[in-house]
Amino acid sequence: MAVDDRFTPDSLQADEDEPLGTRSEIITGPVRDWATDFSHLEPEWSADPYPIQDDLRQRCPIAHTERFGGAWLPTRYEDVAAIAYDTERFSSRSIILSNFRPPRELAPVGGSPPISSDPPFHHDARKLLLPAFTKTAVGRQEPATRAFCHSLIDSFEGRDVVDAAYDYAQHIPMRVIADMLGFPAEDAPQFRAFVEDLLEGINLPPDDRIERVSRLFDYLLVQVHGHLDQPRDDLTTYLINAELYGRKLDPSHVVGTMALLLIAGIDTTWSAIGASLWHLAKTPADRERLLAEPGLLPAATEEFFRAYAPVTMARLVIQDTHWHGVDMKADDWILLSFPAANRDPAQFDRAGEVVIDREVNRHAAFGLGIHRCVGSHLARMELRVALEVWLERIPAFSLDDPGAVTWSAGQIRGPRTLPLRIGP
Amino acid sequence: MKVQINPELCQGHGRCYDLAPGLFGDDDEGYGQVLGDGTVPPEAAGDARLAALNCPEHAVELLEES
Repeated sequence: MAVDDRFTPDSLQADEDEPLGTRSEIITGPVRDWATDFSHLEPEWSADPYPIQDDLRQRCPIAHTERFGGAWLPTRYEDVAAIAYDTERFSSRSIILSNFRPPRELAPVGGSPPISSDPPFHHDARKLLLPAFTKTAVGRQEPATRAFCHSLIDSFEGRDVVDAAYDYAQHIPMRVIADMLGFPAEDAPQFRAFVEDLLEGINLPPDDRIERVSRLFDYLLVQVHGHLDQPRDDLTTYLINAELYGRKLDPSHVVGTMALLLIAGIDTTWSAIGASLWHLAKTPADRERLLAEPGLLPAATEEFFRAYAPVTMARLVIQDTHWHGVDMKADDWILLSFPAANRDPAQFDRAGEVVIDREVNRHAAFGLGIHRCVGSHLARMELRVALEVWLERIPAFSLDDPGAVTWSAGQIRGPRTLPLRIGP
Repeated sequence: MKVQINPELCQGHGRCYDLAPGLFGDDDEGYGQVLGDGTVPPEAAGDARLAALNCPEHAVELLEES
């Protein structure tokens, strides 16, 4: 059998003659006017973006900023949906808005297929992943997920106050995705650093960001080599062996997809679990109702996904276009806020309220169109199991200190510090 | 009443087979599938409506028979 030589130290280095991306000036500091100078990286936004989004939706509704080299922020459901569906005008080649735009030649593959891919390549790269993430396939992770949630709560023994974000929520998706990728469970603390490197610190100098991202790719290459030496029944071995168009995947595709599954699998669900527990801690009526009527949990989890949708994506405008009343330039960013869409009163009754028995809930927390979150069934399972186990073991809990709760900055939003007092 | 899924619109969110598992299942890529010929028994009419009303892609269609 031929040795798989795709994953040498040089295989992921860019060739010198490859086109470079473009860098924009880093602009930070307080926002002057959210309609013309927005920034999702400022503390006001991470603390509570909803009043800002509601205000923009009424008076704007597509905000602009000169930061990040130029970006647009639609706030109506209708506009967010239209952009998600329009892959002719809006490219996914970078889905994290930053001060660096990758070269146009990176499309249609992008750095982390299929989330970064455009049609027609997108369809084929996505098809490789779908069977591993069906509801049936992820259901096989449920018993281990449930047992792990119990073990986390066992570790709270003797404590009156626990940090539900740090001590509970973050660990659940880390363990699940590490198992699926075949990474050692004890590496989980590193995953947190990788997540922060990629998704936060967006306004750090570009060279710092490149160095941080390379730490993740170095780690992934170690895992690839471990799996080349010792193939296993997991997603890493699957990707190493997968074929597209009659040949094995490019090494950058294998490692880019591994990066996607690791990062996208962690921060998002961690945020959803944390935000749901935050809501229940500060809303005793909802907590008591869920305890009395556990059959409401599926509807309640959908409502938590709607009201506290953790994920905002980005797009890049492909060419100058007059779109829904604004003049977008080629390479302008779009901040595609599913959270803002999910609170549009034109789409939802009582849009600003959390209604845990909401029956009709056509939310966009997992995106719309061809990029529907490939891990949505996994995220739903993890949130449901995390809440079932928590409510079973800790039926009474409250915010220990509302002022101590902190939220992540950037496109993935959820609690990062969440001290909860256990007991009535 | 009958249900059908427009495969051009379905993206595999799975709301139909979550909410109405007696009427919908999934294929091996997670896309929604109508079970049988899609005929909705009278007692499942509410589930069918819920599935249609919760599909984020508007892919689930109800056909009311006259």
